[in-house]
Amino acid sequence: MKDQLKAIQAEALQAVAAAQSNADLEALRVKYLGKKGEVTAILKQMGKLSAEERPVVGQLANEVRQTIEVQLEEKVGQIKAEALKAQLISETLDVTMPGEKATLGHRHPLSIVLDEVKEIFLGMGFEVATGPEVEWDYYNFEALNIPKEHPARDTQDTFYITENMLLRTQTSPVQIRVMENKKPPIRVIAPGSVFRSDAVDSTHSPFFHQIEGLVVDKGITMADLKGCLFDFAKRLYGEDTKIRLRPHHFPFTEPSCEIDVTCFRCGGKGCPFCKGEGFVEILGGGMVHPQVLKNGGVDPEVYSGFAFGVGLERLTLFRFNIDDMRLLFENDMRFLGQF
Amino acid sequence: MNLSKRWIHDYVNLDVTDKEFAAALTLSGSKVEGYETEGEELSNIVVARIESLEKHPDSDHLWICQVNVGAEENLQIVTGAQNLKEGDYVPAALDNSVVAGGKKIKKGKLRGVESAGMLCSLGELGLTVNDFPYAIEDGIFVLGEDCDLTLGTDIREATGFNDVVTEFEITSNRPDCLSVIGLARETAVTYGMDFVEPTPVVEPGEGDVNDLLKVSIEAPELCYRYVGAVVKNVKIEPSPRWMRERLRASGVRPINNIVDITNFVMLEYGQPMHAFDLRYLEGNEVIVRNAKQGEKITTLDGVERELSEEMLVIADAKKPVAVAGVMGGEYSGIMDDTNTIVFESACFNGPSIRMTAKKLGMRTEASSRFDKQLDPKGCRTILDRALQLVQQLGAGEVVNGAVDCDCSGKSDFTLPFEPEWVNNFIGINVSADEQKKILERLGCKVENGVITVPSFRGDLLHKADISEEIARFYGYDNIPDRQLAGVATAQYTPEQKFERLINTTMLACGLSELCTFSFISPKSYDKICLPADSAKRNCVVISNPLGEDTSVMRTTMLPSMLETLARNYNNRNAKAYLYELGKEYIWKGADELPEEPQMLCLGMYGAECSFFTIKGIVEELLYKLGVEDYDVEAVTDNPSYHPGRTAVISKDGKVIGTLGEIHPQVLGNYGIGVKAYAAEISFNACFELSQLKRTYKQLPKFPALTRDLAFVCKKSEPVLMLEKTIAQAVGKNLESIELFDVYEGSQIPEGMKSVAFNLKLRAADRTMTDEEADSAMKKAVKALEKIGISLRS
Repeated sequence: MKDQLKAIQAEALQAVAAAQSNADLEALRVKYLGKKGEVTAILKQMGKLSAEERPVVGQLANEVRQTIEVQLEEKVGQIKAEALKAQLISETLDVTMPGEKATLGHRHPLSIVLDEVKEIFLGMGFEVATGPEVEWDYYNFEALNIPKEHPARDTQDTFYITENMLLRTQTSPVQIRVMENKKPPIRVIAPGSVFRSDAVDSTHSPFFHQIEGLVVDKGITMADLKGCLFDFAKRLYGEDTKIRLRPHHFPFTEPSCEIDVTCFRCGGKGCPFCKGEGFVEILGGGMVHPQVLKNGGVDPEVYSGFAFGVGLERLTLFRFNIDDMRLLFENDMRFLGQF
Repeated sequence: MNLSKRWIHDYVNLDVTDKEFAAALTLSGSKVEGYETEGEELSNIVVARIESLEKHPDSDHLWICQVNVGAEENLQIVTGAQNLKEGDYVPAALDNSVVAGGKKIKKGKLRGVESAGMLCSLGELGLTVNDFPYAIEDGIFVLGEDCDLTLGTDIREATGFNDVVTEFEITSNRPDCLSVIGLARETAVTYGMDFVEPTPVVEPGEGDVNDLLKVSIEAPELCYRYVGAVVKNVKIEPSPRWMRERLRASGVRPINNIVDITNFVMLEYGQPMHAFDLRYLEGNEVIVRNAKQGEKITTLDGVERELSEEMLVIADAKKPVAVAGVMGGEYSGIMDDTNTIVFESACFNGPSIRMTAKKLGMRTEASSRFDKQLDPKGCRTILDRALQLVQQLGAGEVVNGAVDCDCSGKSDFTLPFEPEWVNNFIGINVSADEQKKILERLGCKVENGVITVPSFRGDLLHKADISEEIARFYGYDNIPDRQLAGVATAQYTPEQKFERLINTTMLACGLSELCTFSFISPKSYDKICLPADSAKRNCVVISNPLGEDTSVMRTTMLPSMLETLARNYNNRNAKAYLYELGKEYIWKGADELPEEPQMLCLGMYGAECSFFTIKGIVEELLYKLGVEDYDVEAVTDNPSYHPGRTAVISKDGKVIGTLGEIHPQVLGNYGIGVKAYAAEISFNACFELSQLKRTYKQLPKFPALTRDLAFVCKKSEPVLMLEKTIAQAVGKNLESIELFDVYEGSQIPEGMKSVAFNLKLRAADRTMTDEEADSAMKKAVKALEKIGISLRS
């Protein structure tokens, strides 16, 4: 019987090793270990054995059974692994083929840059204010120290609706509206559309956007303006960015300045883009004129403030290296899809 | 403003490079746009003398010249010019030289004769006869005595054609800087030098001006001062080179001594002057008055102009001879036979000049200076300067005195000297002494705590203006930067957060954002087929538009969207899914600002796009915005949309928006050759209806049962009505109801349709039984049967 068992084991192991599929293995399991299987058949004959032989043979039979089972299991695992391997090979893709187009929309480049500017100022404690686009002459000009017949009106060709109503030429009227409605401390930016009678070309548009900034509090100085816009420039263009203030004239700020930042093309070394200056103009600003504070209902003897304005189109053209402003308003999908 | 380096060096002693000068002036407030050197491109052209000349043997017009360029040997140069003789000094472009226009000159042969270079005309040097009036246009430039005739001298040096011209952008508040003296003063203060303005001195002449000229100002509110002087026996001739070249560098064409003097003084002091021929001043009289309504004048440019009462004229006893501060009349100018002239040095009301120039459509050099409000105090000095130049140039005999009508009554303007306030306002620490010094150099007087502002600085009106003067000469660069103090807390308003939600949802739905002009053409309303009496045609109208295309503020965003779709279609973009969050403008009359409601406009076309695509997007949007349980109704009478494929969405009677397929006629108007869809959603309605406070619903603990129901109803029956009826009948255990099929065709009677729903039923607290579900279905069927809709058998 022992010999028989050993023979069965040898034969079974050989068969298992040769098996090709799960079905083969199942057949082998039935053949050797099933109820009517060969090992079982031996075990059934155990009764014929002597009492001394019985445990010995029994143990052997169990060993044989176990050995075959282990082999079967192993073989099952092996076949499974091979099948998986084959499957994976058959599923190989050309991963260089293009992906299926996801259908997300594209944010307009002006909005991308505006969002960034808003986030920066929000982080510096500026709230976002708005004002009407069709505005009174008073808010757009008079209250900003630009009376009728002021030469500065020449430089801002204005679309008029009536004698006193116009399309705002700047976001600065929001300064007055904010001061009228809010007590200092004030820290706001006011982005929005503005309109000037400029014919459309690659650098002009009768419709464009500005972002106004206004800070009013006790003890605000030009050093605060400088620090604040320096911070802004660094957050927008990187830590190494420097700013340069140049005296300028705006009727509603005094002192006034134009603010240049390190040329982002050449890093300040000087290049054709910055005309060798190493700086590019992006902002205008200054200390809010005391009369303008007064016009907004703020006492200039107690409070002072600074204000600034940025052209959103200019920032956007620079950011994306766009050479023609018209593209921003044509909204061709081939353009929008790039952002 | 173009500034001649030579000229400013007459006033300030500067030893800096042009680049340093440009940078320093820019940083102290006079912005330099650029600078260039005259005749920069010319090279290797020198002064030569014609030693001899002979006819070319093989040509009837060429000359062979032997020229002396100061070298040991003469050079032989062949020329085609006919205006030369022995002993003439001429510009010779030598071998490897460059003449105007960048043309290179090399030695060579002309009809077999060696030529070592080229003799040059004025044009070949980049000059004109205005620069050298004694030279001829077509011929070699024969140098006169006003040139350096040292042989071999570089021609630019010899002719003075090597000035450096710096271009300034002067802001409108500083008309005083539109002058050499103004910029000289700025330069001096920038470099910490004292500046003393020279005082012109007029030598005594003959006679008395009052015998020759009468001046009266009838409109003192428009003319603050008028000073007149007379010069007799005028000798009209070219002005000297130093004057001509300063004018040229400043961009002004030299004409003759008298005209040049007026221009020279204008450039020097910033105030325009005028010279009249006394012959044409009837009654020897100047009257400064308002024009009479309809009065006409032919101006120097030969155009007859009709004047109106608010305009100011310079008139003689009978007629206007000049539009004051804008342009002279045709007989007022200087002619070759002019004998006696009247110099005018006047100061007018700036805004009035500006208005007149604008109304007459003639913005001149003079008007653009006068309209910035010049200084009446300067009139006499400026006149004296002109008279001084007349004497210096020997251009005529100055009659003693000047007729001075001064109505300005302007007294000195003062401001308190508050150095401490300035320091606090700017955030710097500049000593009182230092501040005083800056102000004094600028022409202010500082005494006993009071600043007396010079009359030419009409822009210094407030202590803040003083602070700017201190700051810019202290240097903006030297102002420290300080972090804003105080607590920085800010957040978006609920509306701004809502906007952001709209944007992110639209982008996630695959729509790209647009940015279009807020003004449109009124014809757009025809293009979207609005009826003639539509309220939307009542818009905010721009009174001075650029063109009809951009002449009214839009009352609907649809035209902008359709134009964009059309542009994309024309550019062969296969699909365009777009949105814009923008404004519409609702006219409220002239006494009230228009309403500016924010609107969301969606527009799309493309192969996979249908009515239900855009509706699905709108539904998703409204869900995200927290707008639920709204009504959808078919709209058949919106002229811009397909009458059978348009819906209006509303809730509690409030319209949220319209969506649908664009009417084929409208598509045709825009040249869009495919079906397109649009939606117009009110931001305000959504914002007001939004319920964004979502609460978590427990995930179901018990299984759901599903049932399908199909009904047959009239084709016109809205599915939403069926859905709502079923939902109401089934009650709270209805978890969801979804339309899965709408069928018309065989097995369904004509004019009817089959509508099939999938219902999911679930009880929150137990497992629902089949019996319960069946009974719920029966309720649904019964409810529909009540309104005549039966189960599909």
